Amino acid sequence: MTKTKIIRGVRFAALFAAALAVAGCANKPGEDANASMGSAATPGSQQDFVVNVGDRVFFETDQVDLTAQSRATLDKQAQWLNNYSQYTFTIEGHADERGTREYNIALGARRAQSVRDYLVSRGIAANRMRTISYGKERPVAVCNDISCWSQNRRAVTVLNASS
Amino acid sequence: MTNRHVLSFTRRRLLVGAGAGVLTGATLRYANAVVRLDITQGNVQPMPIAISEFLGGSPGDAEMAHSVSGIISNNLQRSGLFAPINPAAFIEKIVNTDTVPRFADWKVINAQALVTGRMTRQGDGRLKAEFRLWDVFSGQQLYGKQYFTAPDNWRRFAHIISDAIYEQLTGEKGYFDSRVVYVDETGPKDRRVKRLTLMDQDGANLRYLTRGDDLVLTPRFNPSTQEVTYMSYGQGDPRVFLLNIETGQREIVGNFPGMTFAPRFSPDGQRVIMSLQQGGNSNLFVMDLRSKATTRLTDTAAIDTAPSYSPDGGRICFESDRGGSQQIYVMASSGGGAQRISFGDGRYATPVWSPRGDYIAFTKQAQGRFAIGVIKSDGSGERILTEGYHNEGPTFAPNGRVVMFFRDNGQGPSLYTVDITGRNELKVPTPGLASDPAWSPLLS
Repeated sequence: MTKTKIIRGVRFAALFAAALAVAGCANKPGEDANASMGSAATPGSQQDFVVNVGDRVFFETDQVDLTAQSRATLDKQAQWLNNYSQYTFTIEGHADERGTREYNIALGARRAQSVRDYLVSRGIAANRMRTISYGKERPVAVCNDISCWSQNRRAVTVLNASS
Repeated sequence: MTNRHVLSFTRRRLLVGAGAGVLTGATLRYANAVVRLDITQGNVQPMPIAISEFLGGSPGDAEMAHSVSGIISNNLQRSGLFAPINPAAFIEKIVNTDTVPRFADWKVINAQALVTGRMTRQGDGRLKAEFRLWDVFSGQQLYGKQYFTAPDNWRRFAHIISDAIYEQLTGEKGYFDSRVVYVDETGPKDRRVKRLTLMDQDGANLRYLTRGDDLVLTPRFNPSTQEVTYMSYGQGDPRVFLLNIETGQREIVGNFPGMTFAPRFSPDGQRVIMSLQQGGNSNLFVMDLRSKATTRLTDTAAIDTAPSYSPDGGRICFESDRGGSQQIYVMASSGGGAQRISFGDGRYATPVWSPRGDYIAFTKQAQGRFAIGVIKSDGSGERILTEGYHNEGPTFAPNGRVVMFFRDNGQGPSLYTVDITGRNELKVPTPGLASDPAWSPLLS
């Protein structure tokens, strides 16, 4: 089952890395594509946010509390969002598949709310953000064990393209 | 819709065949019902029953008539209460449904009941279905009826007749003339396309109600009209919608300041109860569909969701984590005074009240496994019906004796049924992955 594992973030990063590798060859031959990936994103771009800041935080099973690691990620998000205040964004809350449908919709909403409250506490204007819950409907990692579930229990900060 | 009335076979004609008085269905009822299946006992031995091939009363109807016999046989077999006898074993070939069968021929093959019938196209274009249910051992007609309908509706004859047989032989209403709305799933798990889908309870007459553009979840039937309520994503917050399954007309339920989900109709079909998400809290609200008036029913910092009315409309069961973990609560439908009724190990979710009022079915999570069970509304009599990696979302058959749910063993969800006794677990045929089933009331 792990073979079928698909992680959107990684897939995106891999594509990005491939593009870089071509450009990177001329300037820095032999440099690892992944290592150069971060620095290549245009500062203030959506790629910059995803790759250099980190667009998501993860939760323990049936929990909505932010871990120390999550708070560190959100601190970086807040700093970036303060720098690039032109962006509005949506916080998507998600649950893993090991729960019932309706409960997971509410659980995802709570997780999104946790992130929202934290970002507000770090000075981000509430009117820049909205929240939405997808419950267990949009996993990023697909397998039947904990390695996937832990990646699916997440809240993702998605910058609005039009902003 | 379907025009029904009691068969009026002439006594004379039947006397010629039988040499004994045969009564019509309405007058006979249980008076002479020697054959009777007691389904109140724990272990039901399926009753051997012979479904003779229905006759085509007019040219071109033979194939349809034959299909009707097959549908009846399939319905009765799947109920787990009947054992239809293989037609290859039949000795007498029924050639005239107006004469009395040779009961000896049916006794030999151990049939306890015999069904005969005929489908005839009428001069006005309608289709007539007639059937008789015979008690083989007493040599009597237990029941007989005829029905008229548009030819397109022919499959419903088979279900209506199946229900009549079920009711005559068990004393309880059947559930075959009913439909199921569920969510069809296609595509990879991280980009699942979900469509509302309608089918007869046996999987026939499948129809997609939405195109898959928007994510749709948890459809529920209106008990009194051809309408479903469900949750849909689209622009803005996900919302509870109403969909008329005949006209395709769709509307948002209410104008709530946030996501609404987990809808269900009241038993009179006049109200929709649902969860409203505000911040981290999910509370229950009910909206009157005519006046659009909304009423808050719970006000907690908890996740209150999956509400379901008792059949008399007086009470509501729902799940809440107000006590720390998901459990089932029951309260008055006006709100307030919620009492927890689930106290076993694990978490209890998705409670749904039986149309008979006796049980509440639920999903239970414990030790990483998901079970479907039933419990009485006072919290007694808990019984697990099935258990495994993932079972979820029970819905009752119209007679409250069968529960449908979905199971995902890791390869994607499928629909299953199981008796409330925990026996007779069966897969429901669907063309693709299927989840979130909701059983309709009886159509007639």
